[in-house]
Amino acid sequence: MQIPWISILILLPLATGMVLLALPAGKLKLIRWLSLATALVTFVISVLLFVTYDKVAAGYQFIEKMDWLPVMGISYHVGVDGISVALELMAGIIVLSGVLVTWQTSDRAREYFSFLMFLASSVFGVFASLDLFQLFFFFELAVFPKYLMIVMWGSPKTREYGGMKLTLYLFLGSVVALVGVLAVYFQSGLHTFNLLELEQAGFGLEFQRLWFPFIFIGFGILGGLFPFHSWAPDGHVAAPTAVSMLLAGVEMKVGAFAALRAGLMLLPDGMRFWAPLVIILATINVVYGAFIAMIQTDFKYVIGFSSVSHMGLVFIGFATLTPEGLTGAGLQMFSHGIMTALFFAIVGMVYDRAHTRSLSELGGLYKYMPIAMFGFVVGGLVSMGMPGFSGFVAEIPIYIGAWKTFPASAIIAAISIVVTAAYILLVVRKVFFGETPEAIKPGLTDMTLRDKIVVIGLSLLMIAIGIVPSILTPTIQAGVSHIITLLGGA
Amino acid sequence: MRIEPTILLMITFLPALGGLLMLTLPAKKTNLLRWSALAVSLIPLALTAWLWFAFDRNSTEIFQFQTQLAWFDAIHSSLHFGIDGISLTMILLTTLLTPLAILTAFNIKDHIKTFMILFLLLETGMLGVFVSLDLLLFFVFWEIGLVPMYFLINQWGGEKRNYASLKFILFTMGGSLGLLLAIQMIGVVSGTFDLVAILRSWPGLTTGMLFGLQIATVKAIAFWAFVIAFAVKVPVWPFHTWLPDAHTEAPTAGSMILAGVLLKLGAYGFLRLVLPLFPAESHTYAVWLGALAVAAIVFGAFSAAGQKDFKRLVAYSSINHMGFVVLAIAAAAYVGGSSDEALRQSATIAVNGAVLQMFNHGLSAAGMFFLVGVLYDKTHTRLLENFGGLFAILPVYGSILLFMSMASLGLPGLNGFVSEFMIVRGTWPIFTAFTVISMIGLLFSGVYVLKALKLVLHGPLNEQWAGKVNEISTREIIVVTPLILLILSIGIWPAWIVEVINQAVMAWL
Repeated sequence: MQIPWISILILLPLATGMVLLALPAGKLKLIRWLSLATALVTFVISVLLFVTYDKVAAGYQFIEKMDWLPVMGISYHVGVDGISVALELMAGIIVLSGVLVTWQTSDRAREYFSFLMFLASSVFGVFASLDLFQLFFFFELAVFPKYLMIVMWGSPKTREYGGMKLTLYLFLGSVVALVGVLAVYFQSGLHTFNLLELEQAGFGLEFQRLWFPFIFIGFGILGGLFPFHSWAPDGHVAAPTAVSMLLAGVEMKVGAFAALRAGLMLLPDGMRFWAPLVIILATINVVYGAFIAMIQTDFKYVIGFSSVSHMGLVFIGFATLTPEGLTGAGLQMFSHGIMTALFFAIVGMVYDRAHTRSLSELGGLYKYMPIAMFGFVVGGLVSMGMPGFSGFVAEIPIYIGAWKTFPASAIIAAISIVVTAAYILLVVRKVFFGETPEAIKPGLTDMTLRDKIVVIGLSLLMIAIGIVPSILTPTIQAGVSHIITLLGGA
Repeated sequence: MRIEPTILLMITFLPALGGLLMLTLPAKKTNLLRWSALAVSLIPLALTAWLWFAFDRNSTEIFQFQTQLAWFDAIHSSLHFGIDGISLTMILLTTLLTPLAILTAFNIKDHIKTFMILFLLLETGMLGVFVSLDLLLFFVFWEIGLVPMYFLINQWGGEKRNYASLKFILFTMGGSLGLLLAIQMIGVVSGTFDLVAILRSWPGLTTGMLFGLQIATVKAIAFWAFVIAFAVKVPVWPFHTWLPDAHTEAPTAGSMILAGVLLKLGAYGFLRLVLPLFPAESHTYAVWLGALAVAAIVFGAFSAAGQKDFKRLVAYSSINHMGFVVLAIAAAAYVGGSSDEALRQSATIAVNGAVLQMFNHGLSAAGMFFLVGVLYDKTHTRLLENFGGLFAILPVYGSILLFMSMASLGLPGLNGFVSEFMIVRGTWPIFTAFTVISMIGLLFSGVYVLKALKLVLHGPLNEQWAGKVNEISTREIIVVTPLILLILSIGIWPAWIVEVINQAVMAWL
C-alpha cells in the first residue's frame, strides 16, 4: 500500500498541536523539541513530494480519497498538482523556519507552538484540497490560531487592532467566497464538491460572469488584493515573528491559491470577463504598495506594504490567463513566500535585540549581526527583481504574460521596480549601516546558530532559483498546463 | 576535450566561482585574501590572451566561439554566449583592468574579504554583458553588475558615498527600466530572446500593428527605451549627472573599473543592440544622438576645466572622451543602410575608431584614476589648489602622470590620438558641423589636462608636502606599467587591435 504522504503532512501538525495542549506547561524543552520534530517531518515530506512529483505526467498526483459526508457529496480528497506541490514545499520550509526562529518563545510556549501547528495544518490542507468544501474548511481553520496568536503574542500597542481588523476582513472575505462556493455547488447539479468533477462541469457564461467575483475577490482578500489589502500591513506588523512569516509568506498565498483553484479554474470564462478589472486592481497593488512602503518609518511596515506590492504581481499573472503569466504567478508565490518570510524573520531578530522597529532609531547593525544583513540584502535584491535572484525569474514571465494581454499594465507595474530599489536600499542603509545609536547598543548580540541557519538557508534557496530557474519552473509548468487546458486552449 | 566551446563560459564564470571559493578563507588573513583574489583574476586574463590569438580575424561569421545551454526554457531564454571582434576587445579590457584594480586595492584596510569577493562578482557581471547572445541574459548581466558596484561605493567610498551610491544605482536602474520593458516586448513579439534569431526577424518587421499601435511607433518607443538605458550608462549629456558623484566617491579601484569598463557597457549596448536591431530608427534619430554627443564633448571639457577637485576633473574628462565614441556611433547610425560607398567606408572607420577609443579610454581613464588615487593616499586631499610643485619631490610619479595625461589628451604617438583621429576622419564626411564643434572640444581637453598638470606638478612647491610624501611604490608601478606599455603599443602600431575590431565591423556594416 502506498504511504499517504499528504495525509501525514496535514494531520501530523494537527495531532501534534493537540498533544502539545495536553502537555504540562512547564515542559518547555519537550514542547519545543516536539514542535521542531513535527516541523522537520513535514518539511521532509514536502521535499519528498516536490522531488517525486512526476513533472512529465503532470496532473494531480498522490491522490487520496475517502467519503466523508456522501449525502452532500463531500469527501476527504487530497492531491497535488505542479503549483500546489511547490506551495507545499514553500509552506514546509517556512513552518520549519518559523519554529526555529521563535525557538526561544517562553511566554505560554505550549499554546504558542500548538497554535502554530494548527496554522501549519491549515495551510498544508488548503494547498492539497481537491474538494471544494474541504478547501473552505481548511481555509477557515486558520482564522482562530491567527487571531489568538496575534492578540496574545503580538506587539502590545497594536495587537488588538491588528488582530481584529485582520479577522474581520478575512471573515468578510470568506463569507463572500462561501456564497460563491455554494452557488457553484448548486448550479453544477452534480451534488458534489469534488473539484475534479466541478472543473469539468461547464458552467454557463452568464453564471460564470455573475459568480466569479464572489469567489475570486472573497478569497483574494486574503491575498491582499487592492482595495481590500489594508488588513495585511496592520496584521503582519501586529503579529509575532513566526506568525508574520506564515501570514505574509504562506497565508497570502493561500488566498491567492484559493482564488486560483476555486475562482479561475472553476469559472475560467468569469476570469476572462473580469480580467481587465483584476489587472487594474492588481496593478494598483503593485505600484501603490511600493510607494506606500517607501514612506514608512517602521521597519516592519515597510515589509508589510512590500508584500501588498508583490502580491499584486501574482494577481496580474493570474489575470493574463497566459502560460507565461500563470507560470510567473506560481513562481512569484513561491519566491515571495520565501523572501517575505526571511524579511519578517530578520525584522523579528532585529526587534528582539534593539527593542524598536523605528527606522530612525536603528543603525549600524551589520557590525553585530552580519548574517542578518546578508539575508536582508539578498531578500532586498529578490524584492527589487534583480537578475540572478528568484524575484527576477518570477517577474519576467508575469511581465511577458502582461505584454501579451495588457501591455499597459506591464509598463505601469514596472515603475515599482525602481521604487522598490529605493526603499530597500534606504532601509538597508538605515538599519544595517551608519552609526549605531547608543540607546540600542546594550541589547545587541549576534544571532544564534538557529537563526543563522534559517537566514542562510532561505537566502541560498532564492539565489539558487535565480541562477538555475529550472529547479522550480518545470514543476510549476506542469501545473499550469492543466489550467491552460481548462481555459480551453493550448 | 576541446577548449573552444567552453572558453567563454570559463572566462565569464571563473571570477565569480573564485570569489565564492574565497568565502571559505579566513577574514583575518589579509595577505592570503589579496593574493588569491589577484590569482583568480589572472586566470581569465590568461584565457583571454589565448582567445585573442585563436580568434579568426578573417571570419565572415558574425559570432565565434558560440556555446548554448538551456537556462530558462519557460520563456525561451537560453545561456547563449558568443563573441565578435568588438566583444573580444572589451573582454580583453575587462580581464586586463580587473587584476590591475585588485592590485590597486591591496591598500584597502576594512573588510578586505568582502571587497575582493564583490570585485570578482563584478567582473563576472561585466564579462557576461560582452559575451551574451541572448537579450534576457544580456539584461541579467547588465543589472547584476550594479549590485557589487553599489556596495563598493557605499562601503568603501568617500564622504558623500551614501548619496553617490544611491544616485548611481537609481539612475542606472531607472534608465534600464525602459530597456527591460523593451526587451520583454521584443521577446513577446519574436517568441524568443535569442539575439541571433531576433537579429534575423526583428529589423525586417516593418508593417502591421502591435499592441494597437502602428509598428513604426512601437519600434520608435522601444528604440528610445534602449537609447536612454545605454545613454545613462555611457553617459551621454544630459544623463550624466550620476557620473561625477559616483566616480569621485568610489574607492580608487572602483573608479578604475567604473571609468574603465562600466561606461563601455553603454557604448557596447549601442553597437551590439541599438544599431543592428533598429537600423531605420537609428537613421532617423542619428542627428539627435550626434547633437547630444557633441554636447557631451563640449560641456564635458568645459566642466572638467572648471573643477577644483582632481578626481572630479578626471571624471568629467570621461564624459568628454566618451562623447567621441557616441558621436562615431551616431555617424554610423546615420549612414546605416546607405548605398553610398564612400560614406559607408567613413562609417566603418568611425566605428573602428569608436571601439578603439573605448579600449583606449579604458586604459587612460583607469590610469588617471589610479594616479589620482595614489596621490590621495599620500596627501589625503584631492583639491588641486593644495598641490603644487610636486614634480620636484616626486619625479617618477610626476613623469608617469605626465605620460598618462598626454595619452588622455591625445598626443600623437600615443593611443588616444589614433582613435580620436579615426573618429574625426570617419565622422567628418557624415556630420561635418558636429565634427568641427567637437574638435573645439578637443582643444579644451588640452586646457583642462594642462591646468591639472600645472597645479599639481609645477609652480612653487607647496611646502607642507616637503619630506612628507613618498615616491610611488613598486606595487603601484607594477599596476601602471601594463597600461603604459599598451598605450605605447597602440600609439605606435594600432593594427594589432584594429584588425580584430574590424572583423566585427565588416561583418555587420
